[in-house]
Amino acid sequence: MIKEKFSEGDSFFHKLDPRVKIIVALLFSVIVAVSDKHTSLWGALFLAVAAVIVARLRTKEVISRLLVVNSFIFLLWLMLPFTFPGEKVYTLGSLGISQEGIKYALLITIKSNSIILVGIAFLSTSSIFNLVHALRHLHLPDKLVQLFFFTYRYIHTIHSEYIRLNNALKIRGFKPQTNLHTYKTYAYLVGMMLVRSYDRSKRVYNAMLCRGFKGKFWTLNHFVSKKADFAAGIVMISCIMGLVLLP
Amino acid sequence: MKEKEKESVIKFVDFSFAYPSRDYIFKKLNFNFFKGERIGLVGLNGSGKTTLFHLIMGLLNPSGGKIEIFGKERKVENDFVEVRERIGLLFQDPDDQLFSPTVAEDIAFGPLNLRKNHQETKKILKETLETLGLAGFEDRITYNLSYGEKRLVSLATVWAMQPEILLLDEPTIWLDEGTIEKIVQILNSHPHLSYIIISHDKKFLKETTNCIYLMDNGKINKT
Repeated sequence: MIKEKFSEGDSFFHKLDPRVKIIVALLFSVIVAVSDKHTSLWGALFLAVAAVIVARLRTKEVISRLLVVNSFIFLLWLMLPFTFPGEKVYTLGSLGISQEGIKYALLITIKSNSIILVGIAFLSTSSIFNLVHALRHLHLPDKLVQLFFFTYRYIHTIHSEYIRLNNALKIRGFKPQTNLHTYKTYAYLVGMMLVRSYDRSKRVYNAMLCRGFKGKFWTLNHFVSKKADFAAGIVMISCIMGLVLLP
Repeated sequence: MKEKEKESVIKFVDFSFAYPSRDYIFKKLNFNFFKGERIGLVGLNGSGKTTLFHLIMGLLNPSGGKIEIFGKERKVENDFVEVRERIGLLFQDPDDQLFSPTVAEDIAFGPLNLRKNHQETKKILKETLETLGLAGFEDRITYNLSYGEKRLVSLATVWAMQPEILLLDEPTIWLDEGTIEKIVQILNSHPHLSYIIISHDKKFLKETTNCIYLMDNGKINKT
């Protein structure tokens, strides 16, 4: 079971119309990604942290998600300061650490963390299904929306097939070790998982066909945009625009 | 019998089918299903009962012969769109049938595909849940339901399309007696519904069908 840990709650962000959230998060990400002014980026990081605080999510879980992203960024810190051309501020044997390299790595760190934090505060606070509906209401092409939904849906299926097969191994006393038997078993497990998920996805698709599916999803629950959602959207977009105008 | 007056709604004519690189399951099968009939279908495992249902719904392609449904020959994918809107198939495994997160959304999927509007869909949803004794299940998460509940919700998803004919594939398997009794009552309180039920449960078939057919060696005969 893949849990949407952050999607339950009743903070301001949980109640906000998902369409507004998607638009604001997208605008924020684009602006942060292309911006290279330090003042704007620190401002963006500040707003992102503020958003996560307003969303009242469990700090421990937010940090554990940030750790995943930052483990990749850590690799950049290992490379960039030594390889980026610029004024050397420190020398380590034959390697020089350049000031520009440090600045560049810092820039990337701030950018990625702000975007991730805003993603957590704005997007993870809606369930996947609500996001899918919102994307459809924003007139994203049907094919893309379905791709997004089914990717989620079948990651789920593959995961539950994995749990089932893994249980089948466990009840017959399988213990993973470093030997050929273990490797072989895991290879069978992966192979079987793919075959079974493929079969199941075919059966689900057939069941959908039998209920008159013709390639288009119709939604049952429609969003009702309140004035407050609209106003909140305007305020947040103004804040983002403010970031751009910072000196 | 007045069979001549009755309209044959599903008609197999010299029909053959084989899965790739396997022996024929059906060879020159002739079989008629009439409107208003309520029949049970029994046969050994692997004798082709489920395959027959999938052929009716156009999920598999025949190897020879023809199939007529609602008085028209059905050949290509597009012919079956109408069939799927008027015949409801309940799959053996409810996990194949349910894919939306909530019960309400899964049940609404069919009616929305039939282009019912929002109000009609909500009304159908409410009526279906009441008929099947599932009132209050709207916002339950489909993968958290118990097996019996999943089966009833699966039936609801098919029921909501208000099909003329139901094809039920092992509807009682792994269900407790209470739930089976519930299905018997639902079926018997809708005497105008036609259906074919695949089942190994003799008691259940006796209570819900008028006549039982045996599928054996690719032929379907009255028992």
